[in-house]
Amino acid sequence: MLARLAENLYWYGRYIERAEGIARLINVTDHLNMDLPSGVHTGWEPLVRITGNASLFNDSHEAAREHDVVRFLVLEDSNPTSLKTTLESSRENLRSARDLVPREAWEQMNALYIKSQEQLSGKLSKRRRQDFLEQLILDCQQIAGTLQGTMSQDHAYDFILIGRHLERADMISRILEVRGYDLLPETTEDLGPFESVQWMSVLKSLTGYQMYRRHVRSRVSGADVLRFLLRDGQFPRSIMFCMRALEDLLEGLPGEDDRSLRVVARLQRLLNDTQVGDLKGKSLASFMDQLQIELADTDTAIRQTWFGSDL
Amino acid sequence: MDMENYTSNNFYDELIAKGGRPRVASRAVWKYLKNLDKDELTERKGACDLAALVAGITFRVYFEDTGVDRAMPFDLIPRVIALKEWQDIEAGLKQRVTALNRFIDDLYNDQEIVKDGVFPAELLANSENFLEQCRGISPPLGIWAHICGSDLVRDGDGTMYVLEDNLRIPSGVSYMLENRQVMKRVFPELFEDSGIQPVDDYPSQLYDALASLAPRPVDYPSVVVLTPGIYNSAYFEHAYLAQQMGAALVEGRDLIVDDNDEVFMRTISGLEPVDVIYRRVDDAFIDPEAFREDSMLGVPGLMRAWRSGKVALANAPGAGVADDKVVYAYVPEIIRYYLGEEPLLDNVPTYKCQVPDEMAYVLDHLEELVVKPANESGGYGMLIGPRSTKKEREKFARLIKKDPRNYIAQPTLALSTCPTFVQNGVAPRHIDLRPFVLSGLQTYVTNGGLTRVALKAGSLVVNSSQGGGSKDTWIVDTEAS
Repeated sequence: MLARLAENLYWYGRYIERAEGIARLINVTDHLNMDLPSGVHTGWEPLVRITGNASLFNDSHEAAREHDVVRFLVLEDSNPTSLKTTLESSRENLRSARDLVPREAWEQMNALYIKSQEQLSGKLSKRRRQDFLEQLILDCQQIAGTLQGTMSQDHAYDFILIGRHLERADMISRILEVRGYDLLPETTEDLGPFESVQWMSVLKSLTGYQMYRRHVRSRVSGADVLRFLLRDGQFPRSIMFCMRALEDLLEGLPGEDDRSLRVVARLQRLLNDTQVGDLKGKSLASFMDQLQIELADTDTAIRQTWFGSDL
Repeated sequence: MDMENYTSNNFYDELIAKGGRPRVASRAVWKYLKNLDKDELTERKGACDLAALVAGITFRVYFEDTGVDRAMPFDLIPRVIALKEWQDIEAGLKQRVTALNRFIDDLYNDQEIVKDGVFPAELLANSENFLEQCRGISPPLGIWAHICGSDLVRDGDGTMYVLEDNLRIPSGVSYMLENRQVMKRVFPELFEDSGIQPVDDYPSQLYDALASLAPRPVDYPSVVVLTPGIYNSAYFEHAYLAQQMGAALVEGRDLIVDDNDEVFMRTISGLEPVDVIYRRVDDAFIDPEAFREDSMLGVPGLMRAWRSGKVALANAPGAGVADDKVVYAYVPEIIRYYLGEEPLLDNVPTYKCQVPDEMAYVLDHLEELVVKPANESGGYGMLIGPRSTKKEREKFARLIKKDPRNYIAQPTLALSTCPTFVQNGVAPRHIDLRPFVLSGLQTYVTNGGLTRVALKAGSLVVNSSQGGGSKDTWIVDTEAS
């Protein structure tokens, strides 16, 4: 398999996962803000931080008003992680590798792209926005399902999954960093009311609420949610789950170089050895920082090993 | 559909004979279309436009600096040719391409056709597409143009003419294949027992032709398609053919030529050898070592790999020497010279401006003629006499006098029409036909080819970059149905 196409499929996997993640974030924030009285409102500003573009946003906006944030996350051409640009990048990457993926999957991706270009060019009312985002999430799932059901589980497919799991782990860590910092302050006096509603929204942004209830069987608390999203071995949107999937995938790839496997093993140790229930405030932030650094190292190792990037 | 009043106003119509009755091979489809009501037809048309857009069957159009993907407009009404007629055309195309390949091989080697005074030496000396780097090379099987797309047009009296031969990197075959897929989906009923000849084996024929060029004696040669990338107007086709052949779709940066002149591609498991490259990158860009140094699309060293026989290139570099509108004028002579046969397919009568008498005639009759530069494709840089302004004609007169070798002129043909779905029903539109000819161990001609249609009323320009669309082409065995 060509190294360039492996890289394109890897980025396809990352971008399409990112698009889905952003859609979920916006929808959950919508729902949360409807549940909370305006004084407790978390507002929209955390979303800008989660997607890592606070400085870009602040350059052109004075305050994080809903309209501006949503526009920035959905439509903004200069935002490299807006829905619009991530869908474009997903499509371009898949298009360049279209000879490797089943035609149905490419057509679904292309249809999603065309449809969203049309819808995003009009005005998105709140109501239409939710419908649009929900449909987009379903469309992303449909493409993933088509790929799984019709594509040979070869290296080309592996690289899509590698991109997906790495991106997913990254998104989970960002959500936990930003929301966790607000929700798990150093001193418990700062704890606001509605804490559990807010943690529920964290779970929902990763579609984890229902699975959490089934498997954790206790009220929704910060420590349990953290443990679930960081360490659960069965829930597909926990960081541990993503790391194990990555480990399996990387082991199956050709080559002697095991740099990326070593980083993934380090990440798993970090998750296992940390008392995640005790994390709060600064310790939580620095733990998430460390996770993100390791995830970035995984990306670097993968690119150097298989894509021939000189980094 | 109300088609009783269809008339093609004195042009030869591919489906309907004089008097308004369908030709024998078109009877079935005409009857079928007549019985469809307009809503049903509109609905099916909508379904097939959407299918094309979603499949990404697009070509790229450039305005100034920005490119946009456009779906190639597709017309539902097929163009029909009777199998009997087609078999004659097929034989003519094989003859033509065989002679052209002999001609190219001769030009790069002994140049006997020049020595024998059949082809003027000065034409060769001034040829833009003759590549000095190819002198003395004889590629496998002596074939240079493995894939040829010849454009055919039918004149008012029903004669088929060859308008030009595309021997560099002809495109359009993927639309031929896709159009058939769409038609089968939209009109499944029509394909039962109607004697329509299949077209889908093109990718496997192409693969066989390419594999037969492999320099290494291996069972499964490594065949790749070299594309300039996703921003090329024909990227869809490159990806499509690679996918259909199971070949890797590579860009220049994926390939590397080592010191032994062997070609490899960079894979996730390291370097893997490459035997045959179906290249869709122009000659000038394939190798910055040999041609344009600034090319980012090519592979440094590819020419030396090809010259030393370590890799096969299709089409061979330099094949474009015979893809030139002045050489075109000599094709009948070329066929007689190499094959000792009379041409089976006619050339459009052509005036060569480098012959003084013919130039004088052209300058006197600019208003009636179509003037074409030797090396432009896609309908650019032409003068269409009957529609030109005085200023344009004066400009062309100057251009011709300055560089006669670069121009030919032809009478304007009354291009045939085909019924085409338009806003208010069905109307005649001018069409041409591009069949594809593969030359390897065997010579293969597609069943039909790509019919291009000028969608504007009265227009003769069928190029997709200038508002043309396409149709499915049916070769119908009337004795089978």
